[in-house]
Amino acid sequence: MLRDKDRYLNIVLVSPSIVAVLIFIYGFIAWSGRVSLSKWKGLTPDYTWNGIRNYLDLFSDPRFAVDIRNTLIFTGVFVGGSLVLGFLLAVMLDQGLRGESFFRSLFLFPMAISYIVTGVVWRWLMNPAMGSRMSGLNLLFANLGLDPLVNAWHTTPKWGMAAIALAAIWQMSGYTMAIYLAGMRSIPHELREAARIDGASEFQIYRRIILPLLAPVTLSALIILGHMSLKVFDLIIAIAGKQLQLDVPAIYMWQATFDGLFYARGAAIGMILLISVAVLIIPYLRYTLKTDSQP
Amino acid sequence: MTSTTAARSPKRRFRFQGRYLLLIPLLLMTIFYLLPLYIMLVTGFKSFAEVSLQTMWNLPGGFSLENYIAAFEKLAPHLKNSLMMVIPAAIISSMVGSVNGFVLARWRFPGSNLVLPLLLFGMFIPYQSILIPLAVFMKNIGLAGSIPGLILVHVIYGIPITTLTFYGYYMTVPKELVEAARIDGAGMFGAYRHIFLPVSAPAFVVVIIWQFTSAWNDFLFAVILTGNENWPVTVALQNMAGSQIIAWNVQMAGSFLAAVPTLLVYIFLGRYFLRGLMAGALKG
Repeated sequence: MLRDKDRYLNIVLVSPSIVAVLIFIYGFIAWSGRVSLSKWKGLTPDYTWNGIRNYLDLFSDPRFAVDIRNTLIFTGVFVGGSLVLGFLLAVMLDQGLRGESFFRSLFLFPMAISYIVTGVVWRWLMNPAMGSRMSGLNLLFANLGLDPLVNAWHTTPKWGMAAIALAAIWQMSGYTMAIYLAGMRSIPHELREAARIDGASEFQIYRRIILPLLAPVTLSALIILGHMSLKVFDLIIAIAGKQLQLDVPAIYMWQATFDGLFYARGAAIGMILLISVAVLIIPYLRYTLKTDSQP
Repeated sequence: MTSTTAARSPKRRFRFQGRYLLLIPLLLMTIFYLLPLYIMLVTGFKSFAEVSLQTMWNLPGGFSLENYIAAFEKLAPHLKNSLMMVIPAAIISSMVGSVNGFVLARWRFPGSNLVLPLLLFGMFIPYQSILIPLAVFMKNIGLAGSIPGLILVHVIYGIPITTLTFYGYYMTVPKELVEAARIDGAGMFGAYRHIFLPVSAPAFVVVIIWQFTSAWNDFLFAVILTGNENWPVTVALQNMAGSQIIAWNVQMAGSFLAAVPTLLVYIFLGRYFLRGLMAGALKG
């Protein structure tokens, strides 16, 4: 039990943060929600009630349809790629090879770099110019005799987002590896030994024992990567600028609001993003909070 | 007993041989992860005369710093902005997180079991859902476009992760220790100073690194909340890369300069960096 004096001190110490979170996160969300139901267009705030008109408009807006399609492609390639690559890297590094910590740090370093830096470099690596102006990875492929790999990267019609996702995989697969590796290290060694004694091959051990035991880790990684891909923004801006072909909700929100001054529409896109993230995150948080509180 | 060893030894030998084969994919992956770094460095060290997109994979013929100097001239003020924004943001964030974590770890108050979920969810929200009110608010209080404004934003939106990191850390401090200190007559400040603070060094390192990196790498808040001369380096670099005037080789050198501070943190404090990431992933 706390003394009364301490109780007041506690309130004084913690309330500024709680108030800040309530205002800047939850209050601002409510405020955005209100803007998304208004007719605010232009520099002067206009809170005239517009119901769910802005949302309906978005769902019949061809640009937003492109955004959803692009987000789905990006999510599929990025999340799938990072999970598979991260898992394979973790399995390889789990074999007790010499130099393991070197490889681990190496695969993880892109995490420390901003999406803008990654994007600027990958913009040149994925330069789509052909023929004598060929450069970047295409040039490398051509020089190595890997001509079938030469491609138009993010300028590929319809599937350009997959190239952007490649740069994102470069950035985040090491992270996925690190979470998997931590998970593998927490699996008791006796389990593998027992399986080996029963004659299981290494492949079977990973397939039948490790992977199922790592299901919660996979879920965590899936949620983290998934919510990142819903928010993807800087990476695309740095690789390709604002092109309709590679548009996503976050870019549309930015352009609608700060370039076009369609505040109500921008707010509606922001709210749609929030709801998508919430649908993904809230069940997961409930699950982790519940399992955490069990002794 | 014998059958066990018999079953195990060939397996052992198989693993041993298989391990060498693993070096092939591992080295291929090494190349994949190093390619962008290679291009940044190699291009940077070429002379202007030597730079050409068609020979971008070649090693530099000599040693030149022209690209880095040109990039530095463009980016120096913005690197400075980033530092002036990131250092206070990281330090203030860690102090706020420590105090919050300390209070929340020891104190159950009405509604306290609501605080954790609210903080947790706050960690994941897409900032697009608060951007419009934030921009309006910053303009109204006169902090729009300024570095102090950006510091404030990073501190506030950092509250969830910094608080939760310290909270998790302080929950591991044994209750008996706190109880003993209380019986000895230590007040709240006494408990904080003598029990919690001395063991918090790792948590401080983790949180400072985390906030340093995420504020340094931030683009969204910076591009919306700062004006030209207060741009941090991410926005300046993006602008440089987006313009047709600045050559790609200078962009590469600039990218490297913008990456150096966080890379240094990663190289020297990588252990803690990873721990911060894990706190974000597995706890969150």
